[in-house]
Amino acid sequence: MSTALSFNDVGVIFPDGTEAIRGVTFDVATGEFVTVVGPSGCGKSTLLKVASNLVAHTSGQVEVDRASLGYTFQDATLLPWRTVQRNVELLLEFHGVSKTERAAIAQEHIELVGLTGFENHYPKRLSGGMKMRVSLARSLAMKPQVFMFDEPFGALDEITRERLNSELLDLFSTEGFAGLFITHSIQEAVFMSTRILVMSARPGKIVAEFKVPFEYPRRDELRYEPDFARLAGEVSEALRASSGEAGH
Amino acid sequence: MSAPPEPSSVRRLLGLAGPPFAVAMGVIGIWYFVSEVALSDGQSFLLPPPHAVFQSGVLDGQHLTELLEGLRATLIVTLVGLTISIILGMSVAILMYQFGWFESTFFPYAIVIQATPIIAIVPLIGVWMGFSFNARVLVVIIISIFPIITNTLFGLKSIDRNFINLFELHSVKGPTRLTKLSLPAALPSIFTGFRISAGLAVVGAIVGEFFFKGGEEKGLGRLISRYQLQLQTEQLIAAIVIASMLGVALFLIVGFASDRLTRSWHTSRRETG
Repeated sequence: MSTALSFNDVGVIFPDGTEAIRGVTFDVATGEFVTVVGPSGCGKSTLLKVASNLVAHTSGQVEVDRASLGYTFQDATLLPWRTVQRNVELLLEFHGVSKTERAAIAQEHIELVGLTGFENHYPKRLSGGMKMRVSLARSLAMKPQVFMFDEPFGALDEITRERLNSELLDLFSTEGFAGLFITHSIQEAVFMSTRILVMSARPGKIVAEFKVPFEYPRRDELRYEPDFARLAGEVSEALRASSGEAGH
Repeated sequence: MSAPPEPSSVRRLLGLAGPPFAVAMGVIGIWYFVSEVALSDGQSFLLPPPHAVFQSGVLDGQHLTELLEGLRATLIVTLVGLTISIILGMSVAILMYQFGWFESTFFPYAIVIQATPIIAIVPLIGVWMGFSFNARVLVVIIISIFPIITNTLFGLKSIDRNFINLFELHSVKGPTRLTKLSLPAALPSIFTGFRISAGLAVVGAIVGEFFFKGGEEKGLGRLISRYQLQLQTEQLIAAIVIASMLGVALFLIVGFASDRLTRSWHTSRRETG
């Protein structure tokens, strides 16, 4: 397995002196789905911003092919004046893909996320889950080698979130990207990942790592199995230890 | 809110237009009362009754021609001034958005232009530019440009940070970002500015005409000034009503254009039904 994304002793200190992350080292290999959990404000999102160069790191090395990076934000960030079709075409448009090719690729990915028939809908007519699917389709259309997710389903209800978890795992299996997923839901982390990294409170450091042994495809019932609960418990304990005095 | 399902369009129109119509009836009633009952015969020139205004302002061919010519002249000044305001105001706002130094250098002067009473500047413009068409257009620009600058700038600055991240992620900057993100995102605010400025532009045109009486153009402002001096109250009121209708019409046209351009996607638009 080749390394798709690599952080080596990466630190970020913001211009105002706030130290967001310190000495972060990890790799994500092709075929892996790595999830980062940590307390609020620990710099989880900063990892993704550093990987995508939205935030410059102040120490260490980051290696990733930025041209093949997919990035899904906390909300779907669909342009409200564009239809579903035109939103999915947006990134292709940025990269100079011709109009006919764009339309075909967009169509294919709208179908992939199960939104055929909604091509001409504007985002305001879509539910939260549908918007997130459009956002996924938009990134997938670029055939990313590394796909990063910044708490993408945090704002959705439980049922929709679980359904999208499964759908995303299907896409992970078929599309062959390396995944880097940020969440504060331990359930979600265990269900999705091949590996879980636990971050400490700010400045964020990686304080624990868990391998998730379950085979893909993962069925919804996995969530109720003893092994799943045990692993979730261990991650939860590590997370609590990392938050230090976070208790109220 | 539990709205009744699908009211017929006639009923909806009645619900929408009914209350303002009732107010209009009330105002006309009070008007009749004042001019027919409250004022003595000798004073009736102060407020001629509505039908007299309608008769001499609209039914009298000569006055009607005069008013329509005035309307035409005022409309041209308004539209030319407003168009320049829109182009200039949006350009200034875009420059202010793109370059911080441009905003900090020029925004104070935009406020100065806004804060100076237009009546106070008009005589100076007259001294410099005479009573020309250009002088009137300049008055319109001065009075109508500020809402366009501030609303455009506000719209541009309110763009969701996530959208900007998305575009930066793909190194999309400059004109492409402006046309694909900034301007469409700011469009609802931009139109708010247009709406305010449309009304102000009419005010500016009439104020300009009111003061610049030496020129060729026969705008509504000039007619208003003349009717006032000659105590032609019927025509004066008719001219005021026409001027006000012009402002309202522009407001509605801009509103309609805004609705057409943003209704399909903009979330703050009220859903019908």
